[in-house]
This record gives sequence, C-alpha cells and structure tokens, in this order.
Amino acid sequence: MEVDRTPGIRPRPSLWRQMDALGRQSFPTLGTAAGMLLAAAPLGLPGQAELLPGFALASVFFWSLFRPAAMPPAVVFALGVLADLLGFAPLGVRVLILLLTYGIAVGWRRRLASQPFLLVWLLFMAVAAGAAFLEWACDSLLLLQPLPLAPAIFEFVLTAGLYPPLAALLTRAHRGIAAWERA
Amino acid sequence: MIRLSIPMREALEKLSLPFLMAAAIGLMLAGRIDSGLADRARMALADALTPIYSGLSRPYARMTEAFGRLQYLWDLASENAELRAENAELRRWQSVALALEAENARLKSELHWVPDPAVPFVTARAVADAGGLYDRAVLVALAPGIAMHVGEIALDAHGLVGRVTEVGAESARVLLITDLNSRIPVRLVASDARAIVAGTNGPDPELLYWPPGTTPAEGEQVVTSGIAGAFPPGLPVGAVHYVRGGVPEVVPAAELGQFGVLRLFDYGLHGIISPESTEAEGRGHGS
Repeated sequence: MEVDRTPGIRPRPSLWRQMDALGRQSFPTLGTAAGMLLAAAPLGLPGQAELLPGFALASVFFWSLFRPAAMPPAVVFALGVLADLLGFAPLGVRVLILLLTYGIAVGWRRRLASQPFLLVWLLFMAVAAGAAFLEWACDSLLLLQPLPLAPAIFEFVLTAGLYPPLAALLTRAHRGIAAWERA
Repeated sequence: MIRLSIPMREALEKLSLPFLMAAAIGLMLAGRIDSGLADRARMALADALTPIYSGLSRPYARMTEAFGRLQYLWDLASENAELRAENAELRRWQSVALALEAENARLKSELHWVPDPAVPFVTARAVADAGGLYDRAVLVALAPGIAMHVGEIALDAHGLVGRVTEVGAESARVLLITDLNSRIPVRLVASDARAIVAGTNGPDPELLYWPPGTTPAEGEQVVTSGIAGAFPPGLPVGAVHYVRGGVPEVVPAAELGQFGVLRLFDYGLHGIISPESTEAEGRGHGS
C-alpha cells in the first residue's frame, strides 16, 4: 500500500500519466544498464575496460543515495550480473560489490543526503577504494593466483574521478527526467 | 501486488539485501565450480549484443574516419617528407627482394619444393572490447553458419593478434597476446633461440626464458616457434625492445590498440586450451 506523502489535489491518473511516471521511475535502472552497454561498446577509448565497473558503481551509489526507491536491491543484483557478463569478470564479484555499495549508500542516506557534495564524494571515494580492493581480492581468490594491484588502483582513480561529472549529470536527471513527482 | 502489513514489508525489505548478497556469493561459487556456465551466459549475451554493436560501429568508424582525415590534412607536409625518405629506402629493398624472389623460385624448382598447404580463414570485424580488469580480449562478429573452433589463430595485417578462446553462435572471443594469461612459444629470428612471450596486460608483452648464452638483440624479430602445438611456426609476433632495467619486451607487430578487421585462421590446432573451454565446446582431446 502506498503511503500518501503529499496529500492534495492532483491530476487524474490517466494512462498517459501512469506511463510517464513508470518511465521516470525506471530511468535510473534503464539509464544505468544503457550506460553499461555503451561502456562495453567498441569505442577504443583508453581505460575503457575500467570504465564499465566504475560507471556501474558510481551510478548505483548515486541512485541508492538520492532515489533508493528507483534502485531496489533486486535491480542492483541484475545490474551486477550484467556488469560481470559484459566485463568478462568472474561471475558474482561485482554483484556483491554493487550490493554492498547499495547497503552503504542506503544506510547513510539520512545523514548524507543533505551534506555538501565534497563530503558525498569523499565517502564515494572510500567506497570505490573498498570496491577496487574487494574486486582484486575476490578475483585473486577465484582465479587462485595473486593478480597485480596496479589495475585495481587505476580503476579506483578512474571511478573516483568519474563521480563528479556523472553526479552533475545525474543530479539534473534526478530533478528532471527521473522525477516522478513531476509526471 | 500482494498486500502485506507494514511491519511485514519492512522485515522483508531488511531481509532482501542479505539474501541477495548470499546469492551473489553463491553465484561466485557456481561460476567457480562450473565455469562453462559463466562462459555460456557470456557468449549468449555477446551474441545478443553483437548485431547492436556492429550497427553502432559503422557510424562510429565514419566519425573517427572524419577526425582522422582532419589530422591527415594537418600532418600532410611532414608526412610527405617522411614518405619520400621511406620510399627511397624501400626502392633499394625492392631490388633486393626481387633478386631474392628469383633466387628462391629457382632453388625451389631445383629442390622440387612441396608448397605449404593453404590454410582456410575467415575475415571478421572486431566489434567490442571483451576485456575486463584482468583480461585483454576482443569480440569478433561472425556471420551465422560460419564454423569457428576454439584455438583458431587471429592475425591482422601485420602480425599475430591472439587466439580464439570462446565461441558463440554469432561471435567469438579472441584472447590477445598481451593478456596476463597469454604464453606464446617463440623463436628469435637472428639468434634462432627459443623463448616465451608472456602477456602482462600492458601494451607490450615480456620476453622470458631465452637460453643462457644468447642475448636478445634490440629490434630482433620474434616469430612463433610452433612448439607445443598451439601456434603454427613462423607467424610474426613483434620485435624485441629493451625498456629501463634491461628487461626485454616484445613490441607487437599487430596493431593491438585498434582493431578493424581480423583474419581467423583454422590451422587445425587445438593444442593447449584450458580444460573448461574444451569441455564447453563438447570436444575431446587430441582432435
């Protein structure tokens, strides 16, 4: 049962409005999935292999923090599977990382959502560092060989650097296209 | 939608995250126990995405081509001077090559030389970077109905690119020679010494295990040796280059950074393939 948080007069829920609301509500997940597919496309960009997990992490973190209702854990799970399959990574590692990220973002959102951007970014950096380390550790464990740390460090730097421009874009989306209050 | 009481819903929401995390760990274990499962899922996804990526790659190629043309106009004068110098050098080599070709033909006819059999190959477009954090690989699009085998050799116009490791219905994955898990038995052309080219995930793989007493020379050509039956002998791999610390690397002859089109040769070699991929292909050993 939906709790009516904003009582008042509003337009009739016509089919068009419902579709609009559904589109807005699914924007975070569909946008994240589409971005991941694009990051796996043959663009030949330097560092593209690291872009896919970085983008997935930043996007899941942002939406879990600012619009968790549009990023439920089951969807995070599915996005993680997609990231693993697209990135030819051992299955399950990024799923776990994204779920942990979701847990941290949702757990901290009450304290963090009103904080300045710099603080959010700092927390995201900590999350990205933990994610890169966890990915390195899990991959090493699953492949039964110690892997070099340098790619993990590079991924962390790329992910941390990706967050501010992505957050600027997603904040616009958060207030515009993904805002179902405006449907 | 099932109507539940609010405390019930809250309890379910609290439980879903730990449950999904446990499922993620289960997925890791499942992928570890049956690696064919992950491979099949990956290739199914790759097959589904290949047409989209091939559609995308054409306008993208046109765009990069337009940028390339601007760059080309910019560099025209300096490139022209370079080409003139190179042309003069090549003309000298052309006369040498013609003389050698004539000599070669004469010797072959005198020796009743049996020519090497022509190797069947298909040419395919590389449509996506199939590498991850710890892999260097590309995905090539295949026309439906083309039979592709694990273990086929990928070359571009200049040299060895890698080996087919996974095959789907409309795509195949080529593991590059720069991948961390790539080990290629090679021969150094000038000294005839054997060595191993080992990928490091960096742009240039390392040269390892050359015999004592020989030193790989800077610029020496490296070709496959054909030992172990995974690669045929004599394919150009690259040239030896020393970096700081006296560690020899091999600068790949193939242009590994940018792929347009690859040729995939079926030498009938299925020498060393991981047991999982052999299993996934449903093919026995020694075939």
